[in-house]
Amino acid sequence: MSYGGQVAVAPMIEVEALTKRFGVTRALDQVSLSVGAGRVVALLGPNGAGKTTLVRVLTTLLIPDSGRARVAGLDVREDAKAIRSVIGLAGQYATVDQLLTGRENLELVGLLYHLDRPVYRCRAQQALERMSLVDAGDRPVKTYSGGMRRRLDLAASLIGRPPVLFLDEPTTGLDPRTRNELWELIEELVADGTTVLLTTQYMQEAEELASSVVVLDAGRVVAAGTADELKDRMGGNVLEIHVTHQADLEKAASLVAGLGTAAPRVDAEQNKLSMPVKGGPRELIAAGRALDDVGMALEDLGIRRPSLDDAFLALTGHATSSVNGFRTRTGEADG
Amino acid sequence: MADLIRQSPATAAVPLTLRLALRDMEGITRRNLLRIIRTPQLLFVSILQPTIILLLFRYVLGGAIHVPGINYVDFVMPGIFLEAVLIGGMTTALALAQDLQAGMIDRFRSLPMARPAFLAGRTLADLIRNMLALGFIIGLAVLVGFRFHNSVGACLAGIALIIVFGFALTWVYAAIGLAVKDPQTAQMAAILPMFVLFFASSALVPVATMPGWLQPFAQNQPATVTINGVRALFQGGPVYHYLWQSMSWSIGIGIVFLIVSLNLYRKATA
Repeated sequence: MSYGGQVAVAPMIEVEALTKRFGVTRALDQVSLSVGAGRVVALLGPNGAGKTTLVRVLTTLLIPDSGRARVAGLDVREDAKAIRSVIGLAGQYATVDQLLTGRENLELVGLLYHLDRPVYRCRAQQALERMSLVDAGDRPVKTYSGGMRRRLDLAASLIGRPPVLFLDEPTTGLDPRTRNELWELIEELVADGTTVLLTTQYMQEAEELASSVVVLDAGRVVAAGTADELKDRMGGNVLEIHVTHQADLEKAASLVAGLGTAAPRVDAEQNKLSMPVKGGPRELIAAGRALDDVGMALEDLGIRRPSLDDAFLALTGHATSSVNGFRTRTGEADG
Repeated sequence: MADLIRQSPATAAVPLTLRLALRDMEGITRRNLLRIIRTPQLLFVSILQPTIILLLFRYVLGGAIHVPGINYVDFVMPGIFLEAVLIGGMTTALALAQDLQAGMIDRFRSLPMARPAFLAGRTLADLIRNMLALGFIIGLAVLVGFRFHNSVGACLAGIALIIVFGFALTWVYAAIGLAVKDPQTAQMAAILPMFVLFFASSALVPVATMPGWLQPFAQNQPATVTINGVRALFQGGPVYHYLWQSMSWSIGIGIVFLIVSLNLYRKATA
């Protein structure tokens, strides 16, 4: 896999035909990917896609069944100890000690990275400042808000100044404002050339932070490229209908179904319906006519570029959670 | 550029020396001691439990039990002391299951620290906690009429025997905590070895009063030989036989469950 305009440097993360089974389930099935130095790659996929399993293999927490995985040129099986010195991991569940203070947590992780005491004390202080946790630094973590805990977790993963950083669903469960704050922090941190592999269920997060996206579904890589490439692969546009009355949704869906390249997707909470179409204006006019013929009340009707959300739906046949957290009902779509 | 990236990890990885491993262990021990201090309610309950057993056997049941040749209070206390240490071990299992479930173990396992240091830091912190609890229970025992009838050296050796046995058992509890993974289950599972070791032993009544089928086990199991040894060290009497048996059990149990725990830790997933 190559990314547009990338200089040919040794990849910091290299995965080849990696397979990991749990019983009969293939959590990872022949997964291959490569991340160049200084790149930020988002591993996108629904729950159970194998994202966390891949992160656990790459951070030496789990031994793969077959295939090869290298981090910073080191093999996850043979050089596991060396890999641990060059990686940082921030987990899905904020893995900081609730009973210790923020500072104690950071200093402990620094000590375990085998930094000298003056170094880790200084870095802990710097990290607290950078994460706006100075005032809370000497309070037990159990008094922190969810966002503060995530920031501390992120800070802990950076204490060793690792060249490779793994962020496993860094913002899952956070409110949108806190999520934006964390995104800004991550963007700042990766600006200094750290290689980052982050996993996410959120399209917007992948688009916001990552230079490229790897879509994982049921343990397999189903697509990889930049967000734009993935959207372009969809081709065409998306027809979007916003009905006034929720009761009209199903009827609208059946009226326009023949116009699209896949079945319409219904979002009952927003009274919206979206469907990929090949062309644009022709389908829009046809849809408008069909809906007007039955006198349906509409809030909005339009054509838009496909979002990463649409691309994901087309690639995997089912939606992941969207960033606003609303549930999407899906038809039997095919890409 | 490519060369630079390939070389940087090799220079970044500090080789793991014994000195660093000991420093890791010290860091983890300090973390666990802070956790113990900051959950005083857990510490309180783990001391309250042996306190109740002590008062129960001193004042409620003790009057009905007669052991020839020795005051019951002097007979029963070594067993109560051992129980105080066994109950402390339950918190080892609980704490490890909690760390596993909270994702703390994932974090520690992803760090370049010495892996055995994580477990050693746990058992060492619990050893220190056990010693404090034991000090409290011994003080209480003296208040309710227990007396040492031997030399200071022998009495200290008796206390040391309890502590060594408790430390060996901590590794059993560590394995339990890592194996069951769930804090509630860990707590329940950890009661089992305590029940068998404490009640089917010479702690509360002489083994000779038990049914014949139980006696071979009760007479030779590790808690009994340790209690007999401690009793002899506190009150006088032949001791060497019990001493080497207890030490062998403690060292054997410690080594076997150290290996088991390390293997479980290496593969630990919540």
